[in-house]
Amino acid sequence: MGTKHLRRMDLIFTRDDDYKNLVKDILSRKNEDIINEMMESGLKGRGGAGFPTGLKWKLTSEKPEATKYIICNADEGEPGTFKDREILTQVPYKVLTGMAACAKVIGAKEGFIYLRGEYHFLVDLLSKAIDEFHQICKVNSFDFNVYIFLGSGAYICGEESALMESMEGKRGEPRNKPPFPTDLGYLNKPTVVNNVETLAHAFTILKLGAKDFHDLGVQDSHGSKLFSVSGDTPIPGIYELELGMSVQDFADDFGDGDCKAVQVGGASGFLVPRKRFKETSIGYQGKLKGISLPTGGSMMLFNSSRSMYNVLSNYLDFFQEESCGQCTPCRVGCQQLVKGIEQVKRGEKPAAYLDVLLKLTDTMKVTAKCGLGQSVANSFQSIVENFKEEMIY
Amino acid sequence: MKQINLKINGIAINVDEGMTVLEAAKKLNIRIPTLCYHKDLCTAGNCRVCVVEQVGRDRLVASCATPAQEGMEILTNSLQVRNSRKHIIELLLSEHNADCTKCYKNGNCELQNLASEYKITNPDFIDLVPYKNYAYDDLSPSIIKDDSKCIRCQRCVRTCAEIQHLSALCVAHKGHEMKISTFAEKPLQEVVCATCGQCVIHCPTGALTEKNYIEEVWDAIADKDKHVVVQTAPAVRVGLGEEFGIEKNDGRVTGQMVAALRRLGFDAVLDTDFTADLTIMEEGTELLTRLKKALVENDKDVQLPLFTSCSPGWIKFVEHTHPDRLKNLSTCKSPQQMFGALAKTYYAEKRKINPENIVSVSIMPCTAKKFEADRPEMRDSGYKDVDYVLTTRELAIMIKQAGIEFSRLDEEKYDRLMGESTGAAVIFGATGGVMEAALRTAYELVTGREIPFEHLDITPVRGFDGIKEASLTIEDALPDWDFLNGVTLNCAIAHGLDNAHHLLKRMDSGEASYHFVEFMACPGGCLGGGGQPIPTSPEIRKKRMKAIYAEDGDMPLRKSHENPEIIDVYREFLGEPLSEKSHHLLHTHYKARERY
Ligand SMILES: Cc1cc2nc3c(=O)[nH]c(=O)nc-3n(C[C@H](O)[C@H](O)[C@H](O)COP(=O)(O)O)c2cc1C
Ligand code: SF4
Ligand code: SF4
Ligand code: SF4
Ligand code: SF4
Ligand code: FES
Repeated sequence: MGTKHLRRMDLIFTRDDDYKNLVKDILSRKNEDIINEMMESGLKGRGGAGFPTGLKWKLTSEKPEATKYIICNADEGEPGTFKDREILTQVPYKVLTGMAACAKVIGAKEGFIYLRGEYHFLVDLLSKAIDEFHQICKVNSFDFNVYIFLGSGAYICGEESALMESMEGKRGEPRNKPPFPTDLGYLNKPTVVNNVETLAHAFTILKLGAKDFHDLGVQDSHGSKLFSVSGDTPIPGIYELELGMSVQDFADDFGDGDCKAVQVGGASGFLVPRKRFKETSIGYQGKLKGISLPTGGSMMLFNSSRSMYNVLSNYLDFFQEESCGQCTPCRVGCQQLVKGIEQVKRGEKPAAYLDVLLKLTDTMKVTAKCGLGQSVANSFQSIVENFKEEMIY
Repeated sequence: MKQINLKINGIAINVDEGMTVLEAAKKLNIRIPTLCYHKDLCTAGNCRVCVVEQVGRDRLVASCATPAQEGMEILTNSLQVRNSRKHIIELLLSEHNADCTKCYKNGNCELQNLASEYKITNPDFIDLVPYKNYAYDDLSPSIIKDDSKCIRCQRCVRTCAEIQHLSALCVAHKGHEMKISTFAEKPLQEVVCATCGQCVIHCPTGALTEKNYIEEVWDAIADKDKHVVVQTAPAVRVGLGEEFGIEKNDGRVTGQMVAALRRLGFDAVLDTDFTADLTIMEEGTELLTRLKKALVENDKDVQLPLFTSCSPGWIKFVEHTHPDRLKNLSTCKSPQQMFGALAKTYYAEKRKINPENIVSVSIMPCTAKKFEADRPEMRDSGYKDVDYVLTTRELAIMIKQAGIEFSRLDEEKYDRLMGESTGAAVIFGATGGVMEAALRTAYELVTGREIPFEHLDITPVRGFDGIKEASLTIEDALPDWDFLNGVTLNCAIAHGLDNAHHLLKRMDSGEASYHFVEFMACPGGCLGGGGQPIPTSPEIRKKRMKAIYAEDGDMPLRKSHENPEIIDVYREFLGEPLSEKSHHLLHTHYKARERY
C-alpha cells in the first residue's frame, strides 16, 4: 500500500496567488497562440467524452456568429465523485481563468457555471470568486461576465445538450447530434461546454506551457487527472494521478490487498477483473491497449467479499432511474436489464438469458440517443462476462 | 441550393442540403420505419426505430434526425440495422399493453403495423406491463388517454405545444417512470386542453383516441320510438372517403355519405351546412351591428374586432388563456349547436314530432364538438340540443360495421328542411372559409352588389398561411349602411392555436388592428380537425382543401342569404337575424376557465 508505483501530482489544487497576472497575460496573447498551446498540450475533456479541448475551442472560434457562450459543466452527478466540487471550492479562480481564456478565443461575452443543484452551498463562495474575477476582467478591459445556473438535480442534465435544454427552461432531455453545441448550442448559439477539471487544466497549461502537460501521461492520454477513489480501499479520497497507469499499479497502491476488480469510470465505466489488471491502462482510448475513461474519474475497488451481482444491480437501478426516459433503447432497455438479471438470479430465467441481455446491450450501445444509454453496455458487459457465475448463483 | 451526394444501399443520390437521410431514402423509394417522426412536427429522434447504419461509424444513426452529408454511405437494411430495429420494436411492445384485438386503434396503428412487419411472434423480453401502474383517463367528453398504449414518442406533446400553443400534455418523471401527463397529473378534463383532438390524430397508437359514442347511436337508431336526425359538417364530406380509399373526384363523397347515412338507419339526413349559412346571417348581422355601434353611435362598450365562434376548440382556448377577449367573441353558437337547437324546435314543429323523441346526432371532423355539445349552455331547446357527436372516423366505423360497400354507393341528396345549403357553407370547412362566406353576404347586404371577385372566389383569404390578412373598402353603400362608405374593413384569419396566439399577441400589442377575425383551432381549419381520418399531413390537408373549394364551385347557390331554406326559417320561425328567438336559440355566452 501507499504510493509505491504511481506518481501523485499536485497541479490542480496548488494555490496560485499570482493568477491575476496570468489572466492579464492570457488576455494579451494572440488567439491562435492560445489555441495552439491548448492543442499541443494534448488535453482532452475531463467530463466524459474526452474530446480534445483545443480543437473544441478552435471549432467554436471559427464560427461567424456574434454571440457565443462558454459553459462550465459543474453538474457532477456521477455517484461517488466530488472532484469538481473540490476544485470549485479550493481553486475557483483557475476555472474562471480557463473560462476567460476560452471566452477570449471564441469571442464569448457571457459564461455560465452549471452547478449541480446539491452544490447550492457553494453559491456564496463562488459568487465571491466571480465578483473578484469580474474586477480583474474590468481592469483588463475584458468584457466577460460569468453567471451561476443552479441545476435541478437530474444526472442526465450533466450531458451537455440536456444541460443546455435545462438552461433554456425546458425538460432536461439530450438533443439530437448533429448539430453539436459548437454549432448550435445554448439558445442556438455556438457554445463550448467544458468540464470544471478541463478548465482547471487549461489554467495549468496556459501557465506552464503545453510541453510540461504533454510530457505527462502516454500517447493519446496526456497530463494528469483527478480520481475519486472509493470502495474497498483504506485510503479513499481524491487523487491527482498521471494518466496511463496500469490498473495493477493502481490496485497495488490503493487496494486493501484483496482487490478482485476495479470499476473504472463509475456506473458508465468498465469493470476490470484482476486477471486483466496488468494489461489494462487508464486513459483515453487510442493506440495504447487500454480503456477509455468515459466519465468523471471515479475508481471503485472491490475485494473478494463483494457480490458483483449486487454491484451490477445497483448500477442498473441507477440507470433505470436516471435515464431521461425519452429514447426506447435506454428507457426500456434498462428496465429489461434490471428485471432480466433479477429473474436469472432467481432461476426464473435460464442462465442463457444473459446472452439475450448481452445482445440487448449491444443494441443499446449503437442505438441510444445519448452517452447515458450508450454506455450502459460498458458495465453490464464487463461485469457479466467476467463474473457470470456470480450472476447465476 | 447546395447539393449533397450520398449513397443509400449502394444507390447514389443527390439531394438538397438540409434534407435528412430519411427523406433522401424516401426519394429512392426506400421506406425506413418511423414512430416519433411526423411531418407536422419538429424532430424528436427518440423512438429510434428509424436507425440506419452509416458506413464507417460505430453507432447507428437516427435517419429522421440526421442530415444527409457529402459522401455518406447509408445502409437501411443491414443485419445490424434489422436486429437493432427488431430489438427496439420488441422493447416498445414489452412496455405496451398489446391487446390489439380489444384496442380501438386495431387496424390503424403504426406500432401494430411495425410489429406485424417485423413478425414479433416470439418476443425475447419480459412483459413489463404488470409492473406498471398505467393511468386511464376517460373523464373528458372528447378524448380518452390510455397510458398503457403509449410509446412515449411525444408526438402529442409536440403537437399540443407547437401547433396548439397549450402544452396541456407534457412529459412527467424520468427513467422508467417517464410518462406523458398533464399539469399535476390532473385529468385532461381539468387542464388547459382545448379538446381539439390534434394530439389524437398525431398519436401513432391507441394511447389517445376520441371518446366514441357509436353504441349509443346504434341504440338510438334501433329504438322505434326515436326519430334520429343526423347532421354532417362541411369537412366530413372531403375526409370520409379516405377511410375507404376513395381518391377520385378529389375524394369528395357527399352523395355517397348521404346514402350511407340513410342505410345506417337515420330517420333524416340533414346538413350542418344549412346552419353554417344561418351562422353567416347571424354573425354577419352581428358584425354590422357592432360596426354601426362603434362607428355611428360611438359606443365605447362595443367590442371590435369581432372574433368568429364556430370552432369550439378555439372558444375553449380563449376561455382558458385569454379571458379578457371573451367579449370579442361572436355570441353565435357554432353551426352544430344552431342545428341542434333548431332540430328540437323548428324541425320538431314542422315535422310534428315531439322533441322529446328526437335524437340529434352530428358527424363532425372535430373532437371539441363533443365537448361543446356537453356544455350546460347548449340546452336552449329545452333538451340537450345535440345528443351525440361522432367524428368522421366513428362514422366510417359504423359504415364498415353495417357492411356497406361505401365506394359502390350511388349518390343521394340530403332530406329537405335543414338539408339545403350553399357553397358559402361548405367552405366553413377550410381556414378562411367563414371569412369568405361572411364577406360574400355582408358585402352584398351593405352595397346591394356582389362582392367584386371573379366567380366570388375571394382568393386572398384562402390557403395555408398561418395568418392571413385582407381588407375591403366599402363604396356606394345602400342608404341603411352609408356610414360604412369609405370605411376599409380589416380582416384577419388564423388557424391552429399557435397562430391564433401570435395573432392575439399582435393585436394586444397594438401592432395590428382589425374589424373581423376568423379563428379555427385546427391546422387548415376543420378539414384538418382532430376528428378527421388518420393520418394527417400537409399534403392530405391540401387535398382536402382542394376538395372543399371544388364543392363550393359546383354549388348552384354560393351565398348564404340565397339559401331558400334560410329564407324560410326566418320567415316561418325566427323572424329576422338577431331576433329574440334567434338570441334565445342561436346565441350563447362564454366563461373564463382556469389555466392549468
Ligand atoms: C449521462 C451523462 C452525464 C454527464 N455528466 C457530466 C457531468 O456531470 N459533468 C461533466 O463535466 N460532463 C458530463 N457529461 C459529459 C458532457 O456531456 C460533456 O461531454 C462534457 O461536459 C464536455 O466537457 P469536456 O470536453 O471538458 O469533458 C455527461 C455525459 C453524459 C452522457
Ligand atoms: S440514452 Fe437514455 S438518457 Fe440518453 S436520451 Fe436516451 S433515454 Fe435519455
Ligand atoms: S395501440 Fe396499436 S399495438 Fe397497441 S394494442 Fe392498440 S392496436 Fe395494438
Ligand atoms: S400518447 Fe400517443 S403521441 Fe403521445 S407519446 Fe404516447 S404514443 Fe406518442
Ligand atoms: S386535445 Fe388539443 S389541446 Fe387537448 S391535449 Fe390534445 S392537442 Fe392539446
Ligand atoms: S422516427 Fe427517427 S427516432 Fe423516431
